[in-house]
Amino acid sequence: MEKILSDKKAIFLFVFPAFLVFLVIVLLPIFFSFYYSLLKWDGFSKGVFIGLQNYKNLFINNTDGFIISVKNSFILAVLSVFIQLPISLLLALILSRGIKGEKFYRTVYFIPVILSTVVIGQLWMKIYNPNYGLLNFILTKIGLQSLTNQWLGNTKTALGAVFVPILWQYIGYHMLLMYASAKSIPTDIYEAAKIDGATESQIAFRITIPLMKPILKVCVIFAVIGSFKAFDLIYVLTNGGPLHASEVPSTLMYNMIFFRYQYGYGSAMAIFIILESLIGTIIIQKLFGKDEAY
Amino acid sequence: MKNIANKNNKRGMKKIGLYLLEAMLVIWAIIQLYPLFWLFLFSVKNNTEIFGGNILGFPRIWQWSNYSEALSSGNVGRYFINSSIVTVLTIVISSILVATSAYAIVRMKWKYSKLVLTIFLMGMMVPIHATLLPLFIILKNLNLLNTYASLVIPYVAFAIPMGIFILTGFLYTIPRELEESAFLDGCSIYKSFYYIILPLIRPALATIAIFTYLSTWNELMFANTFINNDAIKTLTVGIMSLSGQYQTEWGPIGAGLVIATIPTILIYVLLSEQVQKSLVVGAVKG
Repeated sequence: MEKILSDKKAIFLFVFPAFLVFLVIVLLPIFFSFYYSLLKWDGFSKGVFIGLQNYKNLFINNTDGFIISVKNSFILAVLSVFIQLPISLLLALILSRGIKGEKFYRTVYFIPVILSTVVIGQLWMKIYNPNYGLLNFILTKIGLQSLTNQWLGNTKTALGAVFVPILWQYIGYHMLLMYASAKSIPTDIYEAAKIDGATESQIAFRITIPLMKPILKVCVIFAVIGSFKAFDLIYVLTNGGPLHASEVPSTLMYNMIFFRYQYGYGSAMAIFIILESLIGTIIIQKLFGKDEAY
Repeated sequence: MKNIANKNNKRGMKKIGLYLLEAMLVIWAIIQLYPLFWLFLFSVKNNTEIFGGNILGFPRIWQWSNYSEALSSGNVGRYFINSSIVTVLTIVISSILVATSAYAIVRMKWKYSKLVLTIFLMGMMVPIHATLLPLFIILKNLNLLNTYASLVIPYVAFAIPMGIFILTGFLYTIPRELEESAFLDGCSIYKSFYYIILPLIRPALATIAIFTYLSTWNELMFANTFINNDAIKTLTVGIMSLSGQYQTEWGPIGAGLVIATIPTILIYVLLSEQVQKSLVVGAVKG
């Protein structure tokens, strides 16, 4: 049996195809990207090695909107952590304590998560449409005509307008993660607390939330990293415009590479996004401290 | 007396609190669902209603022809078929690759199994941004741009890490006795994999398939970059170009969006628990 299970040919046949595809498509390109980021290259002529110049250009005397884009992605990260996650947490706490229709609400809240971002983006584009959109229509109907706006076309409102659907779409996702975690807490802890006269909010803040720390950490990491990498909805809604008002690093990277043919400089942005995500993950891990549960 | 009144009062407060909570949950359900319902409404309206003040309510005339227009002149039928081909190929190929490699990693005895597993799992953290341009160049040099392969190959590759993560976890929970006795009876490793393991890991494969379906069906960045031939476009890219063409035709665009969503909603209605599970299970790893 040992012989069968250490059959080299079978192991090779089983593992090699997957490993090869994975290596060539997922891992190697990262090294390529890093290499490209050291070049001045338009994709047609031969690239010239310029060391870290592309990275310097990202931060020193930058005029192409990169600094704004990083700032915007940070704002999105902050909003995700301090608006999106608290709403998810509240919903998760209510649902996990057993309320009528628990399963129904959970199922409904999760629907936006599984829909294509293109569908969500197109839908919100119609909601924001200045002439016939849902938002301006409702504002007019309730007498707040003065608030109607060219939501996506106005540099003042574009950023907020693209953030709303992003936050809206993934509230259900975080809720479900938190809900699953809250549900796994043994109920006798609650019963004991109740006998001792604890109120529902005391139970939530003193028992449930502390016990959910591992999943809260995961949610914060997802929310922050997801914000650093945000692309789809912004690309569909504004493509970073108007005048970089809603630009994030990945939309800028995309346009830099595929519309302005700055392969080297765009790759530096890609590498920046990976490093930013990695460092972000490590910092959040540290902030939450070592967790005992997992 | 006072005590009883107090108790009643407390119970009353609790009831009010409960109603408030329920009201909140209902309002939130409306916030999550109404935009989607509104999408359906304008997908069955004509322009006179949409641009003539009936943007909110039910259509006066149900304009189902928006759907046939989206399917035929809007090309959504073509995009739908393309998305289906790409998604089915991705799920089938990635399931085979994941099942065989996870099996060899967990069950078979070789020196580098742990190392290979670690490398695979590292892939879960790789953002597709970082691979976009190199893949574009590779696919261009191989003359694969504007083919189904240009999407299926990357989708399969990116489905592998999560699949292996889920399946290796599942395989550890399956007892070895069945295989062991099969080997004693002279069964080969291939037969044991096919006849014993494959049927046992079907639940995990289903979870992986749902996860892969969602990420493939909804993928935008690769599809937008590697495909510009209308005949090969998948739904996400196709709808982007459709909305560029039909800026003033909300009905057909809405219909296209609804059509693109139907399979996902159908799967969700039939398998809501499994869909939720498949998206949560990957998060545990963090």
